[in-house]
Amino acid sequence: MRYPAAVLAILAAMFLVLPHVYGNQSVLFTMMTFMALAQGLNLLYGFTGYLPFGYVGFFGTGAYATSLLVTFTGMPVLVCVLGGGLAAVVVGLILGPLLRLSGAYFSIANLAASQIIYYVVANEALKHVTGGPYGVKIEQVYAPTASYATMLAVLLLATGLAAYFRRSRFGLGLRAMHQDPISAGLAGVDIVRERLIVWLASAGIAGLAGGAYAWNLSVFYPDAVFTLQISVFAIVFALFGGVGTVIGPLLGAALLYAFYAVIGVSAPQYFELLYGLLIVLLVLFLPNGLMSLLIRRNVDVL
Amino acid sequence: MSSEPLLRLEGVSKRFGGLTVLDRQSFSVSAGEIVGLVGPNGSGKTTTINVISGVHQADAGRILFEGREIQRLKLFRIARLGINRSFQVPKCFRAMRVRENIEVAATFAGRGAVDIDEILAGIGLADQADAIAGALTVNQQKMLDLGRALATNPRLLLIDEIGAGLNPAELGGIAELLKSLAARGIALIVVEHLLDFLNRITDRVIVLGAGRMLFEGSLKAASQDPDVVAAFIGG
Repeated sequence: MRYPAAVLAILAAMFLVLPHVYGNQSVLFTMMTFMALAQGLNLLYGFTGYLPFGYVGFFGTGAYATSLLVTFTGMPVLVCVLGGGLAAVVVGLILGPLLRLSGAYFSIANLAASQIIYYVVANEALKHVTGGPYGVKIEQVYAPTASYATMLAVLLLATGLAAYFRRSRFGLGLRAMHQDPISAGLAGVDIVRERLIVWLASAGIAGLAGGAYAWNLSVFYPDAVFTLQISVFAIVFALFGGVGTVIGPLLGAALLYAFYAVIGVSAPQYFELLYGLLIVLLVLFLPNGLMSLLIRRNVDVL
Repeated sequence: MSSEPLLRLEGVSKRFGGLTVLDRQSFSVSAGEIVGLVGPNGSGKTTTINVISGVHQADAGRILFEGREIQRLKLFRIARLGINRSFQVPKCFRAMRVRENIEVAATFAGRGAVDIDEILAGIGLADQADAIAGALTVNQQKMLDLGRALATNPRLLLIDEIGAGLNPAELGGIAELLKSLAARGIALIVVEHLLDFLNRITDRVIVLGAGRMLFEGSLKAASQDPDVVAAFIGG
């Protein structure tokens, strides 16, 4: 699994074939959503070290921007989804100065920003625009298959970007910056620019995923696309697989979401217990995720 | 000496809070010249290097490189102009291999092709090319910093206490390396406590005390200057 094209092909084949084998397409769709989010978060956290606790803010922004575009412009839904991605990028630009913060300060400020967006969108006073607390309805464009394909495209895009960050000249600069920003600057890396590009790419992926998600649900409350649990899942899934790699976040999200889908729905009390245990074990024994099992053995993984 | 020096500082000051670390420093350095920067701890030697290389920004004054003001430029811009440095506490890319450390600078500085093997040989790390940088000794990491700087094809190199902790044979090797760099036309500012070492590579030193330039001239004359003696021993 060293070649980006192979990873993308397997991913695409898997999610094109699975619906014919396994009937519950909504589980597959949500799995792809979390794989895309884990990968999108990995773009930022895995390659720059900034941990965006408020990552869900971009997802929600994308979901709402897409829905509003569908409602008020009547453009083709795909264009509206792209608009959702763009809206998240714009929010990323506005929040760009947060990148001057480091460590926990960045994470907390990002979390606060996502909550601000949530409370604005869900505000009663905006009920004629965003639907406020009563949520969004775009059931006139409901199209499970098309939105499924769109989410797959977002997942492939996120994965392609991760492969680019891992193997390109640009990615070499990112690795240098991640390890020592001052020395990276002295080596000629424009760290402010590189960091901003990664941040916007990461935000854009969440926005596109939010757009495809909104399209797939077509009726939802603001909580559904702004709940903090989405950030937490994306972070835990990415860490479980191994951030800074391409395959890790995909594997982590697929495994843990499958686990959630099997146990989390039918026996939630055991799920929380096992989930907690799994996270403790992960932090204790595999802090760099599943992929570190291979990397430790000097296997060249993507 | 040519008419326009490669580097000129004009009244450069730097404060950290209420503490003035550099107080209106002015001096210049020409291509191919080695200048020693000496002074007691806290006299502003490393800060001088930090403001020239862009790690810190000067609060006042001008820094001219080939006649162009650089005191407001970002780190990577300064590096791409041809100013680079090493660190007293090495700052290499610890999780990367030794060769990759050099490759980053060779790739991004955009100052022409460099022979990575030649640089590795020059800093004595040819045999460690595939080692992880973090596994090197501190002295080897300092050399790797120097190698990263050399991979940007610098015109001006700022060397911060590269000699500390080295044995006489290693010091001799570094002295020869620095002299050969100067012979290629690179200007060097060398911060060093080891005066014997400085004496071998240069005759011109700048002595700092509490952020001010106390003396500029030969090392021998410096040792007889009353201000310098007072700064080192305490007046």
